[in-house]
Amino acid sequence: MNDDTKQDHWLVRPATIRKLWWGFSIVLALTVAAQFFVYVKGYFGVDGWFGFGAAFGFLSCLAMVLVAKVLGFFLKRGEDYYAAGDDDV
Amino acid sequence: MFDVLSPALVMFAGAILIGLARGHWRALLVLGTPLVVLWAIWQIPDGVVATVTFLDYPIEPIEGSPLRRLFATIFAVMAFGGGLYAFRQAKWYELSAAYIYAAGAIGVSFAGDLITFFMYWELMALFSTVVVWCGGTPGAHAAGIRYAIMHLLGGVILKVGIEGVMIHTGSIDVQPMLATNFDTWMILVGILINAAAPPVSAWLSDAYPESSPTGSVFLSAFTTKTAVLALILLFPGEPVLIGIGLFMVMYGIIYALLENDVRRILAYSVVNQVGFMVCAVGIGTQMALNGAAAHAFAHILYKALLFMSAGAVIYRTGFSKCTDLGGLFRTMPLTAVCGIIGALAISGFPLTSGFTTKTMISQAAADESLVFVYFMLAAASAGVFLHAGIKFPWFVFFQKDSGLRPKDAPWNMAAAMVLLSALCILLGVFPELLYAYLPYPVEYVPYTAGKVLFYLQLLLFSGLAFFLLLPLMKRTLTISLDTDWLWRILLFKTARAVYLSVASVGSALQVRVGEFLEVLRRRAEGHFGARFARAGVFARAWSIGTTALWIAVLLTAYVLVYVL
Repeated sequence: MNDDTKQDHWLVRPATIRKLWWGFSIVLALTVAAQFFVYVKGYFGVDGWFGFGAAFGFLSCLAMVLVAKVLGFFLKRGEDYYAAGDDDV
Repeated sequence: MFDVLSPALVMFAGAILIGLARGHWRALLVLGTPLVVLWAIWQIPDGVVATVTFLDYPIEPIEGSPLRRLFATIFAVMAFGGGLYAFRQAKWYELSAAYIYAAGAIGVSFAGDLITFFMYWELMALFSTVVVWCGGTPGAHAAGIRYAIMHLLGGVILKVGIEGVMIHTGSIDVQPMLATNFDTWMILVGILINAAAPPVSAWLSDAYPESSPTGSVFLSAFTTKTAVLALILLFPGEPVLIGIGLFMVMYGIIYALLENDVRRILAYSVVNQVGFMVCAVGIGTQMALNGAAAHAFAHILYKALLFMSAGAVIYRTGFSKCTDLGGLFRTMPLTAVCGIIGALAISGFPLTSGFTTKTMISQAAADESLVFVYFMLAAASAGVFLHAGIKFPWFVFFQKDSGLRPKDAPWNMAAAMVLLSALCILLGVFPELLYAYLPYPVEYVPYTAGKVLFYLQLLLFSGLAFFLLLPLMKRTLTISLDTDWLWRILLFKTARAVYLSVASVGSALQVRVGEFLEVLRRRAEGHFGARFARAGVFARAWSIGTTALWIAVLLTAYVLVYVL
């Protein structure tokens, strides 16, 4: 276990993660830039706009995470919530 | 009478023999039965194969059609994959029960009449419950009972509907209908319960994660997908399904985002994926029904693959929560790679089976100019990548280093995962292999540059959202309340309160009645008893003179009354 901290897997070293962020960012930029060359057919107008897929994907995920977060305040309970109910039968 | 072998009965016989055989024979039966069944499925021609008369109703146990063969095929393939995955680890009774469960699914696929349909439907309910119980824990036992109650209740509702249709139309054929009256609504509701539709979606995420690591692989495949097949056969184009499907899609995503248990995340994503199919059945065009069938086919493969990957992790580590897991890619690389392939397929990444099938449904929505449906499905595609595509592999195989260094999956589990991974990619790269067997002719081209680019943008930016929003998705040791709270807590507490109040009223009443009886007894004793110093009026000895006087008075009174 100790040799892990000294020589952790190359995939989780900070340097690799930094490179992954860079690589990922470049890929993201390329997928948007590619729309200069590739025609995206919009079925309803807006979905053919430049970068619509990117914005729509990001924003809908943001919305879903936030909705989940808010609902979580009301819906989340401790793991033994139902088990606790069984005890006082 | 029968020109062809019933695939469901072959499967059933195989399941029984698995229980009787030992050692290598059992292994041979587990792996061989689905292959024989697969052969039998492809011997069935189109149309009704045999008819038996039962209570004046024509029973059609086997009716062939491309759609029915497609679903039966994937059920048999799944039984093989699940059998390969499980045969060295699972108990014989779990394998046996899982195969009878599969036999039920295959029987439903070929059922030409509603009576046969119902019989196989209930066979599935019974033996899937046994598979849940094979989890072997007190939690699995309790969840299995809740699961059985829900499915038997659904069966009763379905039966009410079938009886109604039998009596009011005189036909028991499995044929398209719309939910226009009480009978057809009952059938629709009965089927939707098995599809994990709202408001009872919770049975799925309650029961599946409690089963054994091998059991959940089988459970993920059959129940909900036979419900999808039943919807395609009975309710194509039923508009109410569009709304129900969209709700399921969003419900699955939101609950999966809140969840900590790995298999419960996958269970919620089953609801999400079945939502896509239910919505497609509601749209009801040829493109949409093709999409629903194709997506069910692809979904069974990649969802089973995901459950296999999660199952291998649970089998090796004993942990099933994101908070306990992490960093397993170091020692379980094969399980990780297969899990990632399953995750990419469920997200519908280009070159995976999810892309070539799910986009058909979106295309069907676009063709019908259903703007809202189209954008909801697009948002849901992004959400699938968020909750299953990245969340599952990230929290299990990467995230933090949990310090766990388990061995990789046993060889048979690994073989099953590699097989399904290969199929996911095969159907993504050569979609026409699947398109050729869909119920309607396919004129759909999945790989156009514009479509690929649109989905790449959608998915990759969802990925960006995931990593940017990671602090908001910190795992907590919690469960999420669902509608089953209504009966597990509210109904239970209400029933107990009613019981206790009735009991207290009852005991109070008992005391009062006792007191009243005591008063009566004292009175009676006062009149009749002779124990007291002065005996009761009826217990005293009276002199003959007094008695004679009273008799004379009475007689006089009588004579007077008579004369007057």
